[in-house]
Amino acid sequence: MQDGITTGAIYLLLAIGLLIVFSVTRVIFVPQGDLLAFGTLTAATLQSGQIPGTLWLLDGVSALALLISWHRAPLRTALTWGVYPFVLTMATLLLARFEHPAMSILLALAIVTPMGPLIWRFAFRPVADASVLALLIIAMALHFVLAGVGLVFFGPEEARAPAITESNFELGQLNVSGQSLCVLASCIILVAALRWFFGATIYGKALRATASDRLGARLVGIDAAATGALAFALASFIAALAGVLIGAVTPLSYDAGFDIGLKGFVAAIMGGLASFPLAAAGAVLVGVLESLGSFWASAYRDVIVFTLLIPVLAWLSLRAGSGEERA
Amino acid sequence: MTALLRVDRLHAGYGKVEVLHGVSLVVPEGCMVAIVGPNGAGKTTLLSAIMGLLPRIGGHVLYCDEPAGSTEALVASGAVLVPERRALFADMSVEDNLLLGAYTRRRAGNRDTSASMRDVFTTFPRLEERRRQLAGTLSGGERQMLALGRALMARPRLLLLDEPSLGLAPMIVRAIFRVLADLRASGLSILLVEQNVRAALQVSDYGYVLEMGAIVTEGRSSDLANDARVIATYLGARR
Ligand SMILES: Nc1ncnc2c1ncn2[C@@H]1O[C@H](COP(=O)(O)OP(=O)(O)OP(=O)(O)O)[C@@H](O)[C@H]1O
Ligand SMILES: [Mg+2]
Repeated sequence: MQDGITTGAIYLLLAIGLLIVFSVTRVIFVPQGDLLAFGTLTAATLQSGQIPGTLWLLDGVSALALLISWHRAPLRTALTWGVYPFVLTMATLLLARFEHPAMSILLALAIVTPMGPLIWRFAFRPVADASVLALLIIAMALHFVLAGVGLVFFGPEEARAPAITESNFELGQLNVSGQSLCVLASCIILVAALRWFFGATIYGKALRATASDRLGARLVGIDAAATGALAFALASFIAALAGVLIGAVTPLSYDAGFDIGLKGFVAAIMGGLASFPLAAAGAVLVGVLESLGSFWASAYRDVIVFTLLIPVLAWLSLRAGSGEERA
Repeated sequence: MTALLRVDRLHAGYGKVEVLHGVSLVVPEGCMVAIVGPNGAGKTTLLSAIMGLLPRIGGHVLYCDEPAGSTEALVASGAVLVPERRALFADMSVEDNLLLGAYTRRRAGNRDTSASMRDVFTTFPRLEERRRQLAGTLSGGERQMLALGRALMARPRLLLLDEPSLGLAPMIVRAIFRVLADLRASGLSILLVEQNVRAALQVSDYGYVLEMGAIVTEGRSSDLANDARVIATYLGARR
């Protein structure tokens, strides 16, 4: 049960990331799971005192972005894709040998987060007006590419991200691990921060506006390229965070992200790809069902989770059939 | 008088289908110019092409004597369109819709947009009463007011309006046209597309008649309103 809530919280994080990206750009962000694995494995590699391959990947792709976007907005491009990767690389080279858990986690977050905007820049922005299906196919292809890259960089072994805390608490009869509490606390803080961002800041409102009415957003001067980059940045940060959090509870390998991402997707679908509270309820439900399922029918736990989708999808398509008011 | 917007032999359309076949028009600074014409003439297409929402296949669009760029760039330099279907942010509050109208000004470093908000509320007191309500729950008239208000939040130099009276009750249409006349009097330049030809020619300075993607007649609005052909085609039936 405790495990169920912890993994449920992770699914919730992923569901939120998927919802943000989908509602702003109509992309179903399949590679989010791979970025999660990148988060775990990057932190684990740093913790063992080595330099993760993801850092060089980030440097290479950033350099490419620097080259092709240079002529448009030199200063901003230079800061984002030149100065940032450079400083980050220097910091990583200097700090990796201390093998400090918090440092490894922060560096992993800083390395994986910019990959979202880079994916947007190269894979989706040039075809932003394509159909949802075409975007999904690109997203699937990217998942295979990133999984391959993960295998090359990290090998096939499982690895564990450094824990924020090793402590355990007795809560009545329950033995609660400190890390589980950290997962829950991070989840709550992130949700609160996102609520504030979307409810009170002009950039958060610009994202909501884009999700609400694409034409309206363009007509008030909201730059679709920038909102897309922001949505992807949020999602990849969330994925990386989920990766370092869950990776300390369960060791993960390069290909473990897809499954976890899929469960987040189930939760997001339960929210109708639109509603955050419903997705939250869905995420916790998926997590708890899965842990109960693994208790008395471990072979069937995925079946149980995905069977859940059927009534929800049936209901969604019924609703979509009856009310096509928003063309 | 200098031209704020100059459209020169503009061609535009959807994919391979050309809808506009070389349209030219001018909106002088401080004037209200009307474009009238039947359904499917290409009025909405013309506004979309001017705003850069559709690719401009041939010809030129000059805004402030410079070639018009992307939609975002035009909005940032004060050319703001209120589209036919309003395009409000339905699941956001009236206040947030207005706030986002000033998005480009906020980005340019202008943090205080409350004065503009007050102006909009003075023009449309109904919006102030409804400020916390979701835009999707407004009536048709209120939605048009909000669409206009959101556009005004950008402090535009040129307002492009696509059928602001569409689907509204006569009393609200009169109120909207009164607001347009006031805006024009305060020095704002307006390009108005309307099916309500009589009202459009009454408030505007100059008019163009667009049919099948080409301008067929143009002239001072008062002259057009007395033009035998315009009366027969657009005004006669409504008498
Ligand atoms: N998205 C589109 N794709 C293809 N053709 C279109 C599209 N929108 C409009 N058209 C065609 O372009 C022509 C002009 O349409 P447009 O909407 O510009 O006319 P309009 O003058 O605004 O008409 P209305 O008074 O009905 O608003 C029409 O023949 C229409 O069928
Ligand atoms: Mg039209």
